[in-house]
Amino acid sequence: MQTDLHLFAVAILLPLAGAAVAGLGGRLMGDAVAKIITLGCMAIATLCGVGALYGGWSAGFAPRAVALADWVNAGGFHATWTLRFDTLSVTMTAMVLCVSLLVHCYSLGYMSHETMPTYRFFSYLSLFTFAMLMLVSSNDLIQLFFGWEGVGLASYLLIGYWYDRPSATAAAIKAFVVNRVADLFFIVGIGLIYVLFHTVQYDQIFAAVPQVLGAYYPLFGTAFSMIEVICFLLFVGAMGKSAQLFFHTWLPDAMEGPTPVSALIHAATMVTAGVFLMARMSPLLEFAPQTRLFVIFIGATTCFFAATVGMVQPDIKRTIAYSTCSQLGYMFAAVGVGAYQASVFHLTTHAFFKALLFLGAGSVIHAVHDEQNMFRMGGLWKKLPLTYAVMWIGSLALAGVFPFAGYWSKDAILNALWASGSGMSQYAWVLGTITAFITAFYSWRLLFLVFHGAPADAHLRDAAHESPAAMTVPLVLLAIGAVVAGVALAPFYIGPKQELFWDGAIFNAPANTIMETLENVPALIALLPSIAGLAGIALAYVFYVASPALPASMARSFGPVYRFLLNKWYFDEIYTVIFVRPYAAIARALWKEGDEGAVEGLPRDLVRATATGAAEAVKLQTGSIAIYAFTMLAGLVVLLTVALCG
Amino acid sequence: MTPAIAAIGLGPYLVVSAALLVLGVFGIFLNRKNVIIILMSMELILLSANLNFVAFSSAHADLSGQIMVLFVLTIAAAEAAIGLAIVTVYFRNRGSIQVEDVTMMKG
Amino acid sequence: MIPQLVFYVFATVLLVSATMVITARNPVHSVLFLILGFFNAAGLFLVAGAEFLAMLLVIVYVGAVAVLFLFVVMMLDIDFTQMREGFQRYAPIGACVGGILFVELIMALGNWKMAPDTGLAPLSGAPGLTNTAALGTLIYTHYVLLFQACGLVLLVAMIGAIVLTLRQTNTGRRQNISKQHARTREDTLELVDLPLGENVLGNGGFLRPHNSYYEIAVPGSYGSGGQTEADEREKGA
Repeated sequence: MQTDLHLFAVAILLPLAGAAVAGLGGRLMGDAVAKIITLGCMAIATLCGVGALYGGWSAGFAPRAVALADWVNAGGFHATWTLRFDTLSVTMTAMVLCVSLLVHCYSLGYMSHETMPTYRFFSYLSLFTFAMLMLVSSNDLIQLFFGWEGVGLASYLLIGYWYDRPSATAAAIKAFVVNRVADLFFIVGIGLIYVLFHTVQYDQIFAAVPQVLGAYYPLFGTAFSMIEVICFLLFVGAMGKSAQLFFHTWLPDAMEGPTPVSALIHAATMVTAGVFLMARMSPLLEFAPQTRLFVIFIGATTCFFAATVGMVQPDIKRTIAYSTCSQLGYMFAAVGVGAYQASVFHLTTHAFFKALLFLGAGSVIHAVHDEQNMFRMGGLWKKLPLTYAVMWIGSLALAGVFPFAGYWSKDAILNALWASGSGMSQYAWVLGTITAFITAFYSWRLLFLVFHGAPADAHLRDAAHESPAAMTVPLVLLAIGAVVAGVALAPFYIGPKQELFWDGAIFNAPANTIMETLENVPALIALLPSIAGLAGIALAYVFYVASPALPASMARSFGPVYRFLLNKWYFDEIYTVIFVRPYAAIARALWKEGDEGAVEGLPRDLVRATATGAAEAVKLQTGSIAIYAFTMLAGLVVLLTVALCG
Repeated sequence: MTPAIAAIGLGPYLVVSAALLVLGVFGIFLNRKNVIIILMSMELILLSANLNFVAFSSAHADLSGQIMVLFVLTIAAAEAAIGLAIVTVYFRNRGSIQVEDVTMMKG
Repeated sequence: MIPQLVFYVFATVLLVSATMVITARNPVHSVLFLILGFFNAAGLFLVAGAEFLAMLLVIVYVGAVAVLFLFVVMMLDIDFTQMREGFQRYAPIGACVGGILFVELIMALGNWKMAPDTGLAPLSGAPGLTNTAALGTLIYTHYVLLFQACGLVLLVAMIGAIVLTLRQTNTGRRQNISKQHARTREDTLELVDLPLGENVLGNGGFLRPHNSYYEIAVPGSYGSGGQTEADEREKGA
């Protein structure tokens, strides 16, 4: 219906208006007006987004599009600004807008103690929201890439928001550069798509897939299937954006940004763009089995890796960041086995409880006056009862305890991994289950360290106070979401109504029946994640409440392992040696020898050579008339000789 | 009347002219005394050229050689005047016209 | 016989005096030897039948150019006792180069052939004319433009010599012509009744009005100093 499309368009474009007005005029208008404008735009946009979702659900989600404007029309290449109205877009839009609105509201309280004006922050948040919405509502790959880069930009701006901190600016650059490296592969993938399909519009690509299945791409002597290569490249791009293994190094550092940023960008929305891309490209991905095996491998390994690192981190935000990384691994593993619906479902529920956890952590940090080291906190549950309660809810959802949100989605993924027969998915299932155990462990580690036990700094605890309403209301709303989202949305996303719900937005190849088979796993297997979760909670209780000296002694006895995990498997150090130092050396060489040596040296040396040459030539001019006369004579004689004998 | 050159022939004149030329050239760069010697050597060279012209003019009974001498004479006079003016001014400013001291054009 | 003898005498003296020009220690001696050389060259010209040029050599070269050399040599205070002999440094290579030059000249002399068409149209003027008259008939007809150009060259040389050596002192008074012409009677003349027994000097001096004499002069030349100068002079007089 037309109204849904109008609501949809308004929902997507209003954040841009808010960002522009607040960003450009914020200095003149002042912080308060800027906040009102951005928050107002976000609120209206959220209402429109939810309205579009509801309208779409009632009217059916057949893919439609709202054409906004033409963009590129060059030769055979056609790109437009179009908003695609199908299930994937509208659900993602609604989710992004909800979380973003709550984060905007939360930021009112969190950023209230800033000395510098904060209109910039709200403008960037709205800008990010707009870019993310452009990404999810795109109808062709170029607009998606625009949104992709836009969220990268917003991430850079927001991570480095406190630009006077060198660690923040370094982290912002790291995030941007790592994403950039991955985006290189992404754009090569887009290029190959254009080469193969001669178009970048989704509908045309998806329609043309059956015809190009046999296309081959020769590389290093072997011929790879073109679809495989394309999907592989797209996945590498997704790896960068979603902080999967090898491209993950930017995510922990991104915690330098303010906590609302971490909640919005690095938990709920930007990092899920990779998963979204995979789901959107499901028609292609279904025909790239080798790539999907690789996806499963990366997803599962990331999941495990991040969980092991997260369980020894002392910083509260970094723990939750590694948790995000780990959960994204789950989502990719699900994509790999073809259960895109489960993946997107986990994406949605994860948005709620991870945003909740981050905002809760922000509330704690706000309460203890920017202390982020968990070992210095403790015994805060009396002082921060609301935060304590919502953190419990979030952790239960994360650990996948029935009936919280995470239970439905995570169990669906693990069941899908089991039900899919290949060896790689078995490997993924084993890692996934172990990770479920570790996830519960570190979540309760966080809870016990922060809220229970004797505080390291009693002064800190005594000065703590609960957060203002602007911060607690979003927490409560997200907590409600974390509780009910699973139950409410499961029938639509992965349950009986999924065909009607998805309506072609996600494509499953005829051989892909994973969404049915995952319902039929043995009961023990289906219960295993919950058992693992409860075991993790128990172990955390033992370590951090029953015998608090145990973690320290374990760390001492397993010193090398502990350090290996604490230093994030030494990835940063390896990357520094392999990439950063040589690159810096090359840059320095290019600067010193290249730029200063050759480029500046060329005219400089030319000048010097000319001057020196002239100085030498000038010595010919002795000024002595006798020598001049003699030279003339000698020249005359030479000429005569040549004339006579030549 | 036929000029006496019919009795002498062209050769001796040309030899004298060549010798004068060489002497003039020697005078230019062999002298270390002063710049005026250079000017005088130039006059010698021009004189040798004049002698050459006159000899040939007489040998071919062609007056254009003598007319050429007229013009060479004019130019030689003009050049001597200017050269001496320069020497005068130089001496006024520098106080010396030793050849080795005239090095203002040193680069 | 006689012509050869005359020729060889003149030639020998010419070459000897040319050598003396470049080797004489005293520059005045050099100039004098140059003059001697010119005279002998004139003699050689006479033997060759170019009497007008011979006389021209004597009058112009000796009478003007050599005298000019003499003037300059004597005017410049050359301390010839300090003059250095610099033969040794350049002698070997100079001798080489000069020798080569001489040899080549002789070679050219020995091997030259007359081009077939020279001498076919000699300009000899009307037969029966003297050398001078014959030259005249050629210069003012065939070579008149070159002749005028030579005149211009001489003019330029004269101007050049003056420009180079002129010293601007303010001992000459130059007048600003337009101001000179614009002077009126009131600027110059004033009738003063002198009381008996008094003279002009005590009654304001001769100059009437007091400024006109100085305004006329171009600044920088004599008499442009202004009132104070004039007053000092008059007071002192």
